[in-house]
Amino acid sequence: MQTIMAFLIGALFAASIYMMLRRSIVKLVIGLILLSNAANLLIFTVSGLTRGLPPLIPEGAALPEGGWADPLPQALVLTAIVIGFGVLAFAVVLIHRAYEVINEDDLDKMRSTDT
Amino acid sequence: MLLAVLSGFILAALAPWLTRSLQDKAGWVLALLPAGLFVYFLSWVPVVVAEGAQVVAYPWIPGLDISLTMLVDGLSLLFALLISGIGTFIIIYAGGYLHGHEYLPRFYAIMFSFMAAMLGVVLSNNLITLFVFWELTSITSYLLIGFHHEEKESRWYALQGLIVTVGGGLALLAGLIMLALAGGSFELHEILASEELRDYGFYAGMVILILLGTFTKSAQVPFHFWLPNAMAAPTPVSAFLHSATMVKAGVYLMARLNPGIGGTELWLYALGIFGALTMFTGSFMALRSTGLKAVLAYTTVMALGTLTMLIGIGTEQAIIAAMTFLLAHALYKAALFMLAGALDHETGTKDITRLGGLRQLMPITFITACVAALSLAGLPPLFGFIAKELMFEATLQAPLISTFTTVLAVVSAIMIVAMAAVFSLRPFLGPLKETPKKPHEAPLSMLIGPVVLAGLSLVFGLAGFLPATALVGPAVAAVHGAPLDFDLYLWHGINLPLMLSVLAVVAGLLLFWQWDRVLAVYRRMTFIDRFGPERGYEKLMDGLVWLAAWQTRLLQNGYMRNYLLTIVLTTVGLTGWTFFVHTGSSAPLGTIEFAVHEIVVAGLVVLGAIVASVTSSRLGAVATLGMVGFGIALLYVFFSAPDLGTTQIMVETLTVILLVLVLFRLPAFQNLSSAAARLRDAVVALSLGGLMTLLILAVNAVEVTDRISDQLVAWSYPEAHGRNIVNVILVDFRALDTLGEIFVVGLAAIGVYAMIRLRAEDRKK
Repeated sequence: MQTIMAFLIGALFAASIYMMLRRSIVKLVIGLILLSNAANLLIFTVSGLTRGLPPLIPEGAALPEGGWADPLPQALVLTAIVIGFGVLAFAVVLIHRAYEVINEDDLDKMRSTDT
Repeated sequence: MLLAVLSGFILAALAPWLTRSLQDKAGWVLALLPAGLFVYFLSWVPVVVAEGAQVVAYPWIPGLDISLTMLVDGLSLLFALLISGIGTFIIIYAGGYLHGHEYLPRFYAIMFSFMAAMLGVVLSNNLITLFVFWELTSITSYLLIGFHHEEKESRWYALQGLIVTVGGGLALLAGLIMLALAGGSFELHEILASEELRDYGFYAGMVILILLGTFTKSAQVPFHFWLPNAMAAPTPVSAFLHSATMVKAGVYLMARLNPGIGGTELWLYALGIFGALTMFTGSFMALRSTGLKAVLAYTTVMALGTLTMLIGIGTEQAIIAAMTFLLAHALYKAALFMLAGALDHETGTKDITRLGGLRQLMPITFITACVAALSLAGLPPLFGFIAKELMFEATLQAPLISTFTTVLAVVSAIMIVAMAAVFSLRPFLGPLKETPKKPHEAPLSMLIGPVVLAGLSLVFGLAGFLPATALVGPAVAAVHGAPLDFDLYLWHGINLPLMLSVLAVVAGLLLFWQWDRVLAVYRRMTFIDRFGPERGYEKLMDGLVWLAAWQTRLLQNGYMRNYLLTIVLTTVGLTGWTFFVHTGSSAPLGTIEFAVHEIVVAGLVVLGAIVASVTSSRLGAVATLGMVGFGIALLYVFFSAPDLGTTQIMVETLTVILLVLVLFRLPAFQNLSSAAARLRDAVVALSLGGLMTLLILAVNAVEVTDRISDQLVAWSYPEAHGRNIVNVILVDFRALDTLGEIFVVGLAAIGVYAMIRLRAEDRKK
């Protein structure tokens, strides 16, 4: 499954970069969402995929039974998901505001600093 | 000793306040510090004469065995005495010259910093300390040259001096580091004791880098142009910069390093040839100048060239000549500059051709100028004569380049004699000429310095044993590496140097007689202005601005897309190249095993991403994005990450709601890009995607044996009392990180809120 995930992540990266290269600012945001998903999956995958062994300690034991999936990358990704959402929310509102002010969705027409 | 160097900086901080409260007497009172320093350094002379070089060490960071060391020997003492001695008179002089000037307090502050930095250069034993002080002199002299900062020309020339000297300083830093590597120490006295410097593998590179630093600082051809332009500074600054300091720093360093890295053919040719050419250029340009200060500035270039040449020749005779010349030059040049300033100050012009007949009105100035100019011209019984005789002797005995140096030396001497005569006679003899101000004698504060210094030129000339034993002797010992037994006196008998001197004086006086015609000839030689190295500097500066504008237009072009393309292509290029170099083109594919539900979800995610990229419907894009997000949440759950799954589902839900709310207030999707652009973007995007896939495959092939997280798992329950290990890591082991995350999300929330409120207020209006 690691191999398949590698291709999946590659596809997500490709789609996100393609979208970020578009001139429409809304598409840029879609690219951003895809990019953050791709990056999260990347961290998650390269630390190794484990089926059915969540890092939870059962009642009365000191360690999870029968091995565990690596918890550290999970913690990192969890942080990243939340931060990613914060950035996204900010970006979306910013874009909306920019559109209201300059009434333009084309990035090529947003080159000046003082519009 | 440390206090002696740093006291200048301390006084610099107090100077503005002192100047304001002392009013007219400021110059006299402030001069007490350099005068005190002069006496202090003088007290070191007997020590150095008796016991040789002294290393004074102050513990700085004793724990690391780093100390602040200073080297006190003949050379550094000679310089320190010149700096503090001439500095005393300059400070007094400035009080008169800049009397009542609104920036006088600032002037004193910079001047004292400059003096202290200069003392630091000549007394430092550590290469890094020396370099720091070296650059400090560049910076403070920039401030001094640009003192009249309201004038565009002043600023331009100050910047020119700074760029040339600091540019050379960069090369010097590299050279000094190489020197430290070659000598195995940063301490000068240890480096110079090393015998292996000349056999260092990068000897030539090291010498060239160091010389780039010293040549720019000491205004050697072709970097000489900044020095005459530094005339934009007020006269006291010029006098100080030219006679004892700034420009002599380069000469000092070459003299200092001579026993360690000198004596090779490279050293001889580089210093000998460039020095001789500088000497000639300085005299040649002096002859064509009509400004009092310009004449002196070019004779300074001549003197610096002479000193460099003599150090390059490096024979015993040449070293003695160099140190004698150094002292003689400092004495007469400081005096002449101060006199030039006095003439300018009291008549309102510094154009020699507009001055005349002042002998009655300014008798002291006249006599002093004559004495100092006689020393400049090298006539007996002045100290300058001894120096000139020694110089001729040294060039005649020079190895390999004797003819070249002697011819240039004699030609230069002829022109300098002419200019000395022009400077000391033209303004004073003949009929009185109309000047902008009604001329009268300068005040005492502006005459004491020239009179004392010119007097010293005379005393040292008549009693050569005085400087020979106390000043020049120890300096020669330091530059040569071993003490030499010699004496300085006027009469050497009738020999070749004397004949050359006579020739120079006779020819020089002829040239003086015909100076107006000479000037006319020069005026026709306009190519000097058109093709000089200064044009090269201007071209370089223009080129720099053009390059900056060009690369800014290219890189900062304002198109988001281009920035992104640059970043992606650079990443793909560099990472891809490294990847293929290290692992070859074959990536380990690994075993392909999967469960059906997993492959179905993965397929949906990919499909969602593709549809989201190509759809022209906004609703379609949002829906497929949701599909991608929820699919990924499922993948997290499949692979043992329930926490990630739940978080992803919540975030994804919010994202979809947010997008639906906002996206539909924005215009519908439209195809803005051409088909070719889309194809290009697709290729770029696929190359990055492909690279990421390859990297993950390569990482998968690596067996990780040791994980940090095993320890975290082991601690989780016994130490943190938590059963959900991911949660424990977040709120316990990496709690600060999570706190930071909360801040980020909070900030984003504030930002969102602010923007929405802003909009609401806009609407109200």
